[in-house]
Amino acid sequence: MSIFVDENTKVIVQGLTGGQGRFHGLRNRDYGTKVVGGVTPGKGGTDVDGVPVFNSVKEAVEATGATASFVVVPPKFATAAILEAAEGGITFIVCITEGIPAHDEAITYNRLVEEFPGVRLLGPNCPGIISPGKCNIGITSGDIALAGGPVGIVSRSGTLTYQALHELSQKGIGQTTCVGIGGDPVPGTNFIDCLRAFQDDPETKAVMMIGEIGGSEEERAAEWIKLNMTKPIVSYIAGVTAPPGRKMGHAGAIISGSKGTAQAKMEALAEAGVHVCNNPTEAGEKMVEIVKAL
Amino acid sequence: MDLFEYQGKQYFSRFGIAVSPGDIADTVDQAVEVADRVGYPVVVKAQVKVGGRGKAGGVKLAQDADEVRLHAGNILGLDIKGHVVHRVWIERSSEIAKEYYASFTLDRPNKVHLGMLSAQGGVEIEVVAEKNPDAIAFLSIDPVRGLDLATARRWVDEAELDQPAREQAAELLVKLYDCYTTGDCDLAEINPLILTPDGNVHALDAKVTLDENASFRHPEWEEFRATETEDPREKMAKEKGLNYIGLDGTVGIIANGAGLAMSTLDVVNQVGGTAANFLDIGGGANADVMASAMEVINSDPKVKVIFVNIFGGITLVDEVAKGVLEALGRVSISSPVVLRLDGTNAVEGREILAPHLSDKLMMEPTMLDAARRAVAFANA
Ligand SMILES: CC(C)(COP(=O)(O)OP(=O)(O)OC[C@H]1O[C@@H](n2cnc3c(N)ncnc32)[C@H](O)[C@@H]1OP(=O)(O)O)[C@@H](O)C(=O)NCCC(=O)NCCS
Repeated sequence: MSIFVDENTKVIVQGLTGGQGRFHGLRNRDYGTKVVGGVTPGKGGTDVDGVPVFNSVKEAVEATGATASFVVVPPKFATAAILEAAEGGITFIVCITEGIPAHDEAITYNRLVEEFPGVRLLGPNCPGIISPGKCNIGITSGDIALAGGPVGIVSRSGTLTYQALHELSQKGIGQTTCVGIGGDPVPGTNFIDCLRAFQDDPETKAVMMIGEIGGSEEERAAEWIKLNMTKPIVSYIAGVTAPPGRKMGHAGAIISGSKGTAQAKMEALAEAGVHVCNNPTEAGEKMVEIVKAL
Repeated sequence: MDLFEYQGKQYFSRFGIAVSPGDIADTVDQAVEVADRVGYPVVVKAQVKVGGRGKAGGVKLAQDADEVRLHAGNILGLDIKGHVVHRVWIERSSEIAKEYYASFTLDRPNKVHLGMLSAQGGVEIEVVAEKNPDAIAFLSIDPVRGLDLATARRWVDEAELDQPAREQAAELLVKLYDCYTTGDCDLAEINPLILTPDGNVHALDAKVTLDENASFRHPEWEEFRATETEDPREKMAKEKGLNYIGLDGTVGIIANGAGLAMSTLDVVNQVGGTAANFLDIGGGANADVMASAMEVINSDPKVKVIFVNIFGGITLVDEVAKGVLEALGRVSISSPVVLRLDGTNAVEGREILAPHLSDKLMMEPTMLDAARRAVAFANA
């Protein structure tokens, strides 16, 4: 099984007519994802390589029965697009947009929680989700994933999500689902959401968790793991050698003082029984050992 | 983006938050001219983006023009923890009856805003939090609902601010919250927030961090950007839209995505090298951006080898490959280049570079192999 999406998930792409929306939306479709429509205000009635475009999410959902949406809309308009998706009846929203103001994210997250409790947002500023062989929503290159499980991946950093997939696929280890949660200050879905889903998924036997410096999500995940997780976890935290007090790109990746350092996160995870590794390759090798012993 | 104190105060003023009358000066003569205008006594304050200015001699009281001359002369050019003072802020000295602390920031774990208010201001809030946590009144604010005056009034009661300060403080907190949200701040902090003997509450300091993602709706931030003093390499990189941080090692690093860039630093370090920089070309970079990245790294004399570590997602590897060739054609790249290319359009990208591979341009199959090869050059 996979988490959050499967081979039956019907997806619309908000921003399908834009540069990246077209490229990745069609790539997702070519991968086998059920991409059933696109939404761009004012472009309803047209199509993108045969995929029908609608003026609003509501119309698209009514016409196609989609339950998931891929939001590829620039930062200025992205949170409005996310809320439109929720209002239009979408229950799983993937937003890859980078550069959304933190205050917009905070308002959007809380509005979703308060007004649309059944809706899950993944991202923003994330690579998306791929369940190999079944569904790919986002910008991950499908060919680096390997179907069949037994490993679930959850990662806070975009490119390291690909690296993690690659390390496992190269070694012949498949994935059930790979979720990139993104490094923004207010992520819609966090480590614990994914760990819980992997723990509950019978086909996922082990989990690879990729974190990075900044914030305290990894420490919170460690607390949760200690109490709830019975499946083995391998982890890598990026930024062991990052100089303190400097912001490294992601709003998330900032360390100030001692809290939020890679060291603190690694210690918390190790204490929770997680196999903590020093780089993605080592994490891949450790996972091989674990899967062999299953 | 962190603001200087004076910029923070100017920003506060736009939201109606009371600050002391004052102005900036870059020379001793200007300082005297400003002081004459605002009226004595004045405080001369070093404008650097680092804490501990007072202890370092960067904040002085001046009773008259001669004292302004003396203090401004000493402070301008002063080195405070590696930050040289180029500008001072001169403001009318305030009489202080009480010092408080107030701030707003994002409570990331709980995904709401967090207000902190304390009747014990004027000292580092971290110290208060450690020694006397009960002295801080925390307030969680739902970003959808915001902060209203009634809540702010309860909050100042809870923080036990002195009675005469409470109503003004509550009003000021609502304005500070407006500045924090409408003003797109990551942090808006006042320490100290003071009560004067004649019963007025105002901000004596200002610490503001702006959220750069919101720049598109704040054209007025341009003036703040103009004063950002940076490492020349960082300045050049920023102009080209790159996310660059200068470090002290010898391996120049180019990667896509902050996570992979940090991981590249880690791996270079683990195989015995040192990174000259952190450089993230961002998501969806084209050939031109990649070529600029190569140029920025190449301009760093410490760099002995360039390690290009790309895992394409939204970034297309063939674009990166074209960028590498463009850079090699445009400028003479003095260091050997080691590449590792995977992800979206990696096959096409590798094909583009294949005919150009040499002992100055090398490709390795994995991140670890590439790191080892690069470090071997750097340490040779
Ligand atoms: C989201 C992003 C990819 C969009 O970039 P883009 O595709 O180049 O942008 P474009 O302007 O070409 O397309 C955006 C489209 O959205 C449409 N749009 C705007 N508001 C919309 C809305 N509310 N609903 C639907 N579509 C909308 C626009 O009309 C446009 O389509 P058009 O060109 O047909 O008019 C870009 O802003 C971004 O965030 N890039 C970085 C992504 C990244 O690296 N993420 C992190 C991964 S780890």
